Amino acid sequence: MSEEQIKTLEAQFDERILRDEKIEAKDWMPEKYRKTHIRQISQHAHSEIIGMLPEGNWITRAPSLRRKVALLAKVQDEAGHGLYLYSACETLGVSREELYEQLHSGKAKYSSIFNYPTITWADMGAIGWLVDGAAIINQVPLCSTSYGPYARAMVRVCKEESFHQRQGYEIMVKLANGTPEQKEMAQDALNRWWWPSLMMLGPTDAESVHTEQSMKWKLKRKTNDELRQQFIDQTVPQADLIGLTIPDADLKWNEEKGSYDFGEIDWDEFWQVVKGHGPCNKERMDARVNAWQEGEWVRNAAMAYAEKKEKIKEVV
Amino acid sequence: MKKNWPLWEVFVRSKNGLEHRHFGSLHAADAEMALENARDVYTRRSEGVSIWVVESKDITASNPENNGELFEPAQDKVYRHPTFYDLPDEVKHM
Repeated sequence: MSEEQIKTLEAQFDERILRDEKIEAKDWMPEKYRKTHIRQISQHAHSEIIGMLPEGNWITRAPSLRRKVALLAKVQDEAGHGLYLYSACETLGVSREELYEQLHSGKAKYSSIFNYPTITWADMGAIGWLVDGAAIINQVPLCSTSYGPYARAMVRVCKEESFHQRQGYEIMVKLANGTPEQKEMAQDALNRWWWPSLMMLGPTDAESVHTEQSMKWKLKRKTNDELRQQFIDQTVPQADLIGLTIPDADLKWNEEKGSYDFGEIDWDEFWQVVKGHGPCNKERMDARVNAWQEGEWVRNAAMAYAEKKEKIKEVV
Repeated sequence: MKKNWPLWEVFVRSKNGLEHRHFGSLHAADAEMALENARDVYTRRSEGVSIWVVESKDITASNPENNGELFEPAQDKVYRHPTFYDLPDEVKHM
């Protein structure tokens, strides 16, 4: 294709997106659109898969059967969400193998929040309430993103995600209304998860390199700072309601702008964790790679069995 | 020996009376496993009463590049639609 032709196709492509038309897998798309989508969708899928680990940690120790079935269902959903997203990503011409390889080699990233440890049961509450809460704010706008397979996957994810947040908040409600020790445990979890949850919504707009292009492609519909403000404004009253304190001395309602002012985020910590120096980066990656390698014989056996059955069918 | 599980497309009928609709895809070693995985991945919340799986490589799809010759001819055949025909306003039941 000549440069001229590509320019025309690109112009037509931009117009389609402007008209809110969806792009489907076999449609022509600029190489950069494809690459950016593979990066974002796969990061999203990896986050779901790695996200199972911190919570999986507590399944066997859930305090009641009710909590246990809920946590199991939530972790199973995360596996499902990872699979929807990997499938959407594969429609862009990348194989599942390559995607796993990128995750396992560290070439692809996943959400940094999962590199923090889950040390008490209250962390299951804080994760559902805050981490899933922040995730929902991030994900809802993606239901109307321009790439059809991604948008459809996100619709399913968002539908299922709201139970995750509610079950987490319910845990916090119970602990906050429990014994002094239980309330303290809930407050401690909030203290540890609050700032990482704010960081989860991404670097400030001034630092964010992909925002402008992503807005154009509707891969992003609000900036990181807008999403963060929305998260804070909706979460603070939820903490107030159950008598927990947001660990931010500078947090203050600003009557004039109709939202909360908040303190400085420690971006050095964020970048440290992104670069692999968080408390659990190594542990998470080891667990993931180990699961993949230990499962290899099972995948091979299933394939061998399928081939054998196919052969028998041919003979008969 | 290293062979990856093939890709399957999943179609789900959400209730009797409705058609099977494309829900997504997944990897599985064979059809039986594809059905089992589809049940776990796509119907965790009573989304379906029937599942079809078909290996992705067995689907023949039209190419968007041919959309012009395939679909545009229908656009100037407005006489295939009821509104094309002029009838007196008074006419009933038509």
